[in-house]
Amino acid sequence: MTDVASVAEQPLLTISGLEVEFPVKGWRRAPFKALKGVSLDILPGETMGLVGESGSGKTTIGRAVLGLAPITGGSITFDGRDTTRLSRAARRALSADIQVVFQDPYTSLNPAMTIGDILAEPLLTSGIARVAARDRIRELLDLVNLPSDAADRLPREFSGGQRQRVAIARALALRPRLVVCDEPVSALDLSTQARVLDLFIDIQEKTGVAYLFVSHDLSVVRHISHRVAVMYRGEIVETGDAATVTGAPEHPYTQRLLMAAPVPHPTRQAARRSERHALLASQQVSDAARETVR
Amino acid sequence: MAIFLLRRLGAAVVLVFVIATMTFLLMSMTGGDPARNILGDGATVEQVAAKSAELGLDQPLAVRYVDWLGAAITGDFGRSWFTNEPVMTSLANKFPVSLSVVVTAILVTALLSAVLGVTAAVKRGWIDRFVQMFAVLGFALPNFWVALILVTVFAVNLKILPATGFVPFATDPVRWLLGLILPVGALVVGTIASTAQQVRGATIDVLRQDYVRTLRSRGISHRSLLFRHVLRNAAPPALTVLSLQFVGLLGGAIIIEKIFALPGIGSLAVNATLQGDLPQILGLVVVMVVLVVIVNLVIDLLTGWLNPKARVS
Amino acid sequence: MSEALIPAGAVVAVAATGRQKLYRRVLKNPMAVVSLVILALVVLSAVFAGQITGWDPGRADLNDALAPPFGEHLLGADASGRDVLARLFFGARVSLIGALIALATALAIGIPTGLIAGYFQGWFDSLSSWFASLLMAMPGLIVVLALISVIGPGMVGVMVTFGALLSPGVFRLTRSGVVSVRRELYIDAAKVSGLSDYRIISRHVLGVIRAPLVIQASMIAGIAIVLQAGLEFLGVGDSSTASWGQMLSEAFSNIYVAPTMILWPGLIIGLTVGSLAIFGAALRDTVQGAEPVRRVRRRKPSSVEDTATRRLDLSTAATAAVVSPRNGGQEDLEPNDALLVVRDLQVGYPQPDGSTTIVVDGVSLHVDRGEVLGLVGESGSGKSQTAFSILGLLPDTGAIIGGSISFAGRTIASADGAAHGAAALRGRQFGYIPQEPMSNLDPSFTLGFQLVEPMRQILGLSRPAAKAKALELLDRVGIADPRRTFDAYPHEVSGGMAQRVLIAGAVACDPELLIADEPTTALDVTVQAEVLDLLRGLQRERSMGMIMVTHNFGVLADICDRVAVMQAGRLVEQADALELFDDPHNPYTRMLLSSTLENTEPRSARSAQPVSSRGTAR
Repeated sequence: MTDVASVAEQPLLTISGLEVEFPVKGWRRAPFKALKGVSLDILPGETMGLVGESGSGKTTIGRAVLGLAPITGGSITFDGRDTTRLSRAARRALSADIQVVFQDPYTSLNPAMTIGDILAEPLLTSGIARVAARDRIRELLDLVNLPSDAADRLPREFSGGQRQRVAIARALALRPRLVVCDEPVSALDLSTQARVLDLFIDIQEKTGVAYLFVSHDLSVVRHISHRVAVMYRGEIVETGDAATVTGAPEHPYTQRLLMAAPVPHPTRQAARRSERHALLASQQVSDAARETVR
Repeated sequence: MAIFLLRRLGAAVVLVFVIATMTFLLMSMTGGDPARNILGDGATVEQVAAKSAELGLDQPLAVRYVDWLGAAITGDFGRSWFTNEPVMTSLANKFPVSLSVVVTAILVTALLSAVLGVTAAVKRGWIDRFVQMFAVLGFALPNFWVALILVTVFAVNLKILPATGFVPFATDPVRWLLGLILPVGALVVGTIASTAQQVRGATIDVLRQDYVRTLRSRGISHRSLLFRHVLRNAAPPALTVLSLQFVGLLGGAIIIEKIFALPGIGSLAVNATLQGDLPQILGLVVVMVVLVVIVNLVIDLLTGWLNPKARVS
Repeated sequence: MSEALIPAGAVVAVAATGRQKLYRRVLKNPMAVVSLVILALVVLSAVFAGQITGWDPGRADLNDALAPPFGEHLLGADASGRDVLARLFFGARVSLIGALIALATALAIGIPTGLIAGYFQGWFDSLSSWFASLLMAMPGLIVVLALISVIGPGMVGVMVTFGALLSPGVFRLTRSGVVSVRRELYIDAAKVSGLSDYRIISRHVLGVIRAPLVIQASMIAGIAIVLQAGLEFLGVGDSSTASWGQMLSEAFSNIYVAPTMILWPGLIIGLTVGSLAIFGAALRDTVQGAEPVRRVRRRKPSSVEDTATRRLDLSTAATAAVVSPRNGGQEDLEPNDALLVVRDLQVGYPQPDGSTTIVVDGVSLHVDRGEVLGLVGESGSGKSQTAFSILGLLPDTGAIIGGSISFAGRTIASADGAAHGAAALRGRQFGYIPQEPMSNLDPSFTLGFQLVEPMRQILGLSRPAAKAKALELLDRVGIADPRRTFDAYPHEVSGGMAQRVLIAGAVACDPELLIADEPTTALDVTVQAEVLDLLRGLQRERSMGMIMVTHNFGVLADICDRVAVMQAGRLVEQADALELFDDPHNPYTRMLLSSTLENTEPRSARSAQPVSSRGTAR
């Protein structure tokens, strides 16, 4: 956080003390607290990686930024404007600035619409003329390395990686300043995953868009993020420079997370495994020690 | 489980109450003059007024409603305006006949649909095509037409089964059963057709589940897989269909009873309708809805017992 | 009056099909065409009833009473001497208009309420759903009878009432369709794109529920025709015009004199309603026959269905799969005491057009006692298909079409289907650990029951002995409170716990070979590490052979002794784990290994600062 850049620039997005609660089905049950006061900021052109396990609330942060989650406390500021609770109309105006790429490239594209229609939708909604939209679609397909004849085809004619490229193109259609990426590569095959990640980086370098990059995979986050925040049970437990958080983390949970990810080499993985066992043992000891102090 | 039961019970009571109220209001707010209808055109104005007062029709609607509801809760639906017989008595006479038909039909439907549907799903091949074709046929042929054909074939031409009449079970069980064969047969063609189709679909769905493959990987015998795991998981959707069938059968029975001259609720309903006999119709509707609600409740409980997840929500 | 005529699955499946294409495909279905032609004929005969028959349906002539068919009257005359055919055709008007009124009412009530309830949910949803179940509990015929005593026997009023009573079916279908579409991510994407609710509903939601609604509508029209005929048969309908039900009623009174009279109205009702049903069924088949939406669960690279529908171009696969020299010498590597030997395995899915899609092509591998073989590849590589072939659990539509599998020296499967050994080995010698913990446990039974059942059947243990062993196993797989877990239902435990229970189940009857199909893919990384520790421990203490199917090289490195790499149905490289990671021979293996992000520098180290200039954007 003592980065030179962060001092010099105003954050693009600031989340402070964010709380989200989901009602629980059933009579008089306490709502589920998905986020318990989360604070985070993203600079223009920066990738903020958000890593955590299922149920940690990482996806909820992304959805809250997009206006898709019920916010019960705290605030979200985008470019100096408070966007915590916006009307549908105001939210619509914001859609040019904040966009999304979802995890599942199979359900994030309407199977009954052609790629061209899918890409045209945000353009036409924002009032761009049909002819201009067609040019922009060609540009977008080019940007994500898809052939221009893709516009006339249906999503089911494409592989998972190609569909994800379409989803990225849709997100970029209105030249947003922030894209929320919700596990965008976790449904993809290994080789496709690497190529799509490089596409994300390439686009960022070309356009200067900022990413809130949500993933469960530490190595993915490490590859694409400038800074990383680690989530655990609705709270951010550690934030910092990507190299530090993913290389030498301070928080015990991040340490466990790092040690749990298997290394793709038998001898190094064996070493990692014993490191992990040692870490778990030491954490148990320190936990026990803390218990006795109490 | 107790909470689940109580909630369902509460919902059922509310449902009966709402339907009874709606029926009462709808039927009481009509423009016609029931007293005039009862006495005919020859009656004097004084006679009509006296009849109105006798029936309590000169009271405000709210008072009549409260009176009716208060009595109805104790099981007293008043007397028929035309026969002066207590509604409860005529219902008590007629319902056993209709229920004999409907309950037998639903049991036959449940049994045969389960056998046909599961066999079709597991064996596929010709029996599967038969179930599919039968589903279309059973849907397309009105049950009263099937009844007419059955009468023509078995009663008129072959003369092996009685075309009309009802013998109470207590009098002669064998003749009771013989008398039921044709009416029940006519009713179940349609219900089996659609229920078997549903059972087939539900069974195929379950057979495709991951856990069935995993159970097979554990070496569970085919019989235990089918009868314990598949049937149990396929039963809830089939039971839901069965509860809808029950509602449909109550209506179907009214027409069927006319064909077989069964002294059930059918003729009562038609006559009461044509005459505008308010207490009789109200009693009929309420008892029917109570029956439907009881059947739904039983099926809900059965589903809850079969499917542990349903108990929670 | 059954409403639940359409399986819920149909709703989702339609999403995969383009609309124009769907209706064109329906017209290719001969059943659909025949039923549409019949319906068209019925409609035409109703419209031109007068011109076709030349008889006035109301003209009674007692001289013609019960005239036989094929005389002056084509289908004879009824007891009052009226022409039967003319009455059938004019009766069609009543039936069709009545059905139309009921249908329009049901759709007009059901669709808007269903859309609103499903899309916005909240109080309106609860209220309207409750009201729908109320309507469904009403005995329809009685309600209509009661209503007739109030509003009279006019056809319009009666059919509107029927329509209202049938509307819950439309409501529920619409609502469930909308609810399932609403969860789709493309709706969220549309919201983020700034689309209004109206546009989201009209563009994304209506298209999906259209086909199921047409199916439901054909059913409702059929039901309405039958109900209306029933009322007229009872004699409470509108008696002033000719109708099918009325004709049946009159035929019934003459059943002993002229039994054939009941035939014609019944047949035309059957034909009309049957055509509606067949059209609905044909549409449903077309919709369901369409390629299903491929649903990807979290981090799931492959499943049986995926690979089954994937059509492999074997010529390109063959050129792409440059078989490494190591693979060629594998017969020599195969020791004599191998636990499992797979030779030239070929798995195919016969297609409707007569061809066969081959998903596993010439795979040979072996597993020794106490050895862990990793089977790695991307989605569609055939690794899961290979595993299921060994277990004898391929889907019904697939089969082993070449090669053989033998276990402990005995052939258990071959192309000619002569050997069916896998069934006898499942649960005894073979244990299987699936990928998705939750969907692999029977939701209706306790976890304990699912552990005890195979032990009783296979090991012949008594109930208490089996329970004791199950509790012991649960303790071994690291479950803190075995007793509570034993009594729990699957939905009451977490995914990690469920996977431990499945592992306990897989080893319950002491198998010699454990086949694990992506056993940690659905789990969190910390849980994955624990489960891998558990699997390694179990494998060592029981010295089981094991096949670990995975797409994750980290998992592979963690647990496998030897690795086989698959690509597009073929085995491209097989080697000891250390050798494969240090010196991959095959270009595909090298490409996969280089795709892992393991050795890349963190981005913050690569480019010290974020791109701060906004460039040309905006």
